[in-house]
Amino acid sequence: MNTDDPLEDFPDGIRADSMIDADNANDGLVESTDPDDAQGRGDNAIAVKEVEGLSQGQIVWRRFVRHKGAMIGMSVVLLIAIFAFSAMGFGPVEGWWQYQDPLRTHSMLNNGHPTLTMPVWLGGEGFALGDHPFGQDNIGTDYFAAVMAGIKTSLVVMVVLGITVLIVGVAIGALAGYYRNKVDLWLMRLTDLIIVLPTIVIGAVLGRLLAVAPDKFGWTYETTQAIYRNMPVLLAIVLGLILWPSMARLVRGDFMTLRTREFVDSARVAGASDWRIITKHILPNAMGVIIVNLSLIMSQSVVLETALSFLGFGITAPNISLGRLISDNQGAFQTRPWLFWWPGLFIILIALCVNFIGDGLRDAFDPRGKRLPSKKEMLKASIKSSPTNTELDEAVAELIEDETDAPAGTPAETTVPGPQNATTANDARDNTQEGVEDNG
Amino acid sequence: MANPLQRIAGMFKEPTGEQIVNADGTLGPVRLSRRLGGDIQRGDTVLEVRDLGVNFWVNGEWFAAAEHLDYELKAGEVLAIVGESGSGKTQSSMSLVGLLPPNGRATGSAKLKGTELIDLDPGQMREIRGNEIAVIFQEPMTALNPVYTVGFQVAETLRAHFIMAPQEAKARALELMRLVEIPDPEGSYDKYQHQLSGGQRQRIMIAQALACDPKLLIADEPTTALDVTVQAEILKLMRDLRERVDAAIILITHDMGVVADMADRIIVMKDGKVVEHGTAEQIFYAPQHPYTKALLKAVPHLGTSNLATPPAYTESIVEQDGHPVALAPGDPGVEPVLLMEDVAIEYPAMGRRPAFRAAHHINLRIDPGRVVGLVGESGSGKTTVGRAIVGLLPIVEGTLSVAGKDITHARNKDLKSWRRDVGIVFQDPGSSLNPRLPVGESIGEPLFLHEGLRGKDLSDRVEDLLETVEMPRSTRNRYPHELSGGQRQRIGIARALALRPKLLVADEPTSALDVSIQARVLQLFLDLQARYNFACLFISHDLAVVESLSSQIAVMSQGRLVEVGPTPVIVSNPKHSYTQRLLAAVPVPDPKEQEIRRLRRDAILAEQHVVS
Repeated sequence: MNTDDPLEDFPDGIRADSMIDADNANDGLVESTDPDDAQGRGDNAIAVKEVEGLSQGQIVWRRFVRHKGAMIGMSVVLLIAIFAFSAMGFGPVEGWWQYQDPLRTHSMLNNGHPTLTMPVWLGGEGFALGDHPFGQDNIGTDYFAAVMAGIKTSLVVMVVLGITVLIVGVAIGALAGYYRNKVDLWLMRLTDLIIVLPTIVIGAVLGRLLAVAPDKFGWTYETTQAIYRNMPVLLAIVLGLILWPSMARLVRGDFMTLRTREFVDSARVAGASDWRIITKHILPNAMGVIIVNLSLIMSQSVVLETALSFLGFGITAPNISLGRLISDNQGAFQTRPWLFWWPGLFIILIALCVNFIGDGLRDAFDPRGKRLPSKKEMLKASIKSSPTNTELDEAVAELIEDETDAPAGTPAETTVPGPQNATTANDARDNTQEGVEDNG
Repeated sequence: MANPLQRIAGMFKEPTGEQIVNADGTLGPVRLSRRLGGDIQRGDTVLEVRDLGVNFWVNGEWFAAAEHLDYELKAGEVLAIVGESGSGKTQSSMSLVGLLPPNGRATGSAKLKGTELIDLDPGQMREIRGNEIAVIFQEPMTALNPVYTVGFQVAETLRAHFIMAPQEAKARALELMRLVEIPDPEGSYDKYQHQLSGGQRQRIMIAQALACDPKLLIADEPTTALDVTVQAEILKLMRDLRERVDAAIILITHDMGVVADMADRIIVMKDGKVVEHGTAEQIFYAPQHPYTKALLKAVPHLGTSNLATPPAYTESIVEQDGHPVALAPGDPGVEPVLLMEDVAIEYPAMGRRPAFRAAHHINLRIDPGRVVGLVGESGSGKTTVGRAIVGLLPIVEGTLSVAGKDITHARNKDLKSWRRDVGIVFQDPGSSLNPRLPVGESIGEPLFLHEGLRGKDLSDRVEDLLETVEMPRSTRNRYPHELSGGQRQRIGIARALALRPKLLVADEPTSALDVSIQARVLQLFLDLQARYNFACLFISHDLAVVESLSSQIAVMSQGRLVEVGPTPVIVSNPKHSYTQRLLAAVPVPDPKEQEIRRLRRDAILAEQHVVS
């Protein structure tokens, strides 16, 4: 017998006769291979089939992967990020693009038109980047380098802002939701205060402060330069410190419901500390709300940064952001429209894709979200289960016919009624007509 | 696919013109929906089910939830479909009204007075629902809409199927509410569901179901969510209605005791298949299939107590004229594991909500190794007492000492080492395990916190514990959502016993389980108690459950103990009127005995003038 045996102190005889009794342990699916005649299969046998052997995280991941919009959004964002960071380099890594300094001016080429040509199948003259694929601006800087630098800035702002919101919002929401009473009261009043601050005003005040502060506080030249260099990160942190309230409120609400669940009580009875209950028991269960909200805040942040920069409050020279590019080139709207296209295109792409990811995450974390089969899938399952059914064969033949007849892009399954519906729906309609006629 | 024009025509179709003639000869409202096959007489065949099956699509395959159902139902007849959760009894009946989930499909045939119900056109099905087939759902709390008054919801059903003025509908709704014996129907008409008790909510559901005088009534576990006493009343109402309305009734339940004095015929289902079908007589007195026998055996009977050691006193102590029940004498020379003296428990004030006192003047004593049952209806404060004992609720009066430590004024910090000695098993196995942790981690948490075990030591201990609750060792890595209710409750017991506590509080550990699973979990509990010899406060609303486990029973009502005594005395000779009512309400899986008990119960109620 094991030395750690918890039953050590108890008489052996008792233990021996109440060892595993296969019949008794069999009230579900764990040992359902050999069900006794006098036992049922347990309450959630069918519901559990889809998630057999998976943890909660794995189930969510599975549902997320199944979400087409989210997967496309995810890959587009990743591609953009890899493209931008590899082109302009990050940290010590050198970028592959020939002009690493977006501020350097070059001689005007083809009046600043983009040199990028489309592949033949898109109606171009064959794919080529050329010297300035995105064109040049008024003073001849390379616009490709500028846009890539802008994307980098936007992504950095997005991530840093997300992390700030995550830390502040979750901490405040968790404390308020878990401790309630006084703590909740004060933290939520603070949240109410922050929530009324308009971000644009804050941006304006901070921009002004940054202009005045070096003189007023006697900062050295180096400090001022360091601040300017790290402007995007600082801006993201400041914005994060304003944008956390929505996160805090959601987390608080979720904590309030979760803390009344019995597993929290049982952890408390087991002697777990508040810290352990919050981090180990409640937080993982609130992850769904947190992740979904975070992704929405991040997509919002891309647009917000652009808007602030456009107004001149966000990122200022020498830093480049997509919003600043648009703002700087306002005057060229008629003459050089590509100076809007490129930054605009990437702003839309990033914001849209992050939104799609958020959408997919929300669906994946929604416990009510069950995968519903299309009619085609249901039909396939029927064929598998009863290959001899003639009615089904006909339906399948019809399905194949439809698939060949249907114009490209029309999903075939929408035109195919279920095998049983096809006949009975007709009967039912006849009945209705008769009924109407009788009364008329 | 239906022609859109035809669909629109269907929306504006004329009423069937059937004029209802009231009992006194006056003309009533005009029925909007069609009546299939005209009116029915008692004894007419209403429903014919042939080879009915229900399948669910899961990951590209159809799984049979129910198959090969064949039965006929006559007007005025009660058919009980009995089986545990997951046996397909509910889904097979829901397929009759087309209420399967989107990934479900029904096969075979079910004809209501000659009209095929399976795959019926949705528009026609809408006419049938509520009008020809009505459903009483299990959970009246969720089946009634909280933003409308209950009276409005009854009237709504009427107005969906009749051309009726609002006043007419209200008058008829009040009539229905009188039919189901709602106290003060006029007052209750304008109440919302949360203002009514569970039993009254269920009565409203029944009134709603009866609104259009349906041919078929499907009652899906109508009493499972209710206390034993309320259950007895709802069953009584349904039995009365059986005489008064001509509808055929399908009663779906997992409890053989519930159907004992109601059903004419019984279908026993297991894993989607019918294992036995026969008259109530046959099923109850000559069951053939082992599963049927097991189901019958699983219903907790009164009078099965076989505990050897009676407590030191032989008379029960009863509350009298406002004097609380005094402390029962314990075994001499033994320090009690639990001692509550004149204890009052409050839920602390939250914001503007004042503190709520849920228990008053509780005197209770549990000696080591004894099991004491605490019985009462929901809202009687029994769970409050249990939670206070494990330190989850503060005590505002009196003294409470548990496992040799006075915890009356103890602070959370001081209680850490004391927590080794108490454990609790919660009521709802779905909520008491952290869904994000594998069950092994849930079980191991107390071991990790108090003994600092980790890694292999911890998993060995966890696996041993799993074995003691008769679960395979490999369950350690499973997640709660993969386990059935009974298995989750076993995990809950394993966790509560992980540190071998001196006192275990079991808060209705089996009330959320099917009767057959309940029997197995109770047996496990008895075995474990015999092996570990812990003292236990077993909380339940079912006297029969408590009787089989405990040596003493404490009965609680409205926050007060009303009677405490040795189990045999309480069961055979209850003194307090509340105990008597509670005892009379326990259903017994035997039609003849149940009839006798029912009459006795009616007599008790008449004598005590109790109105619920």
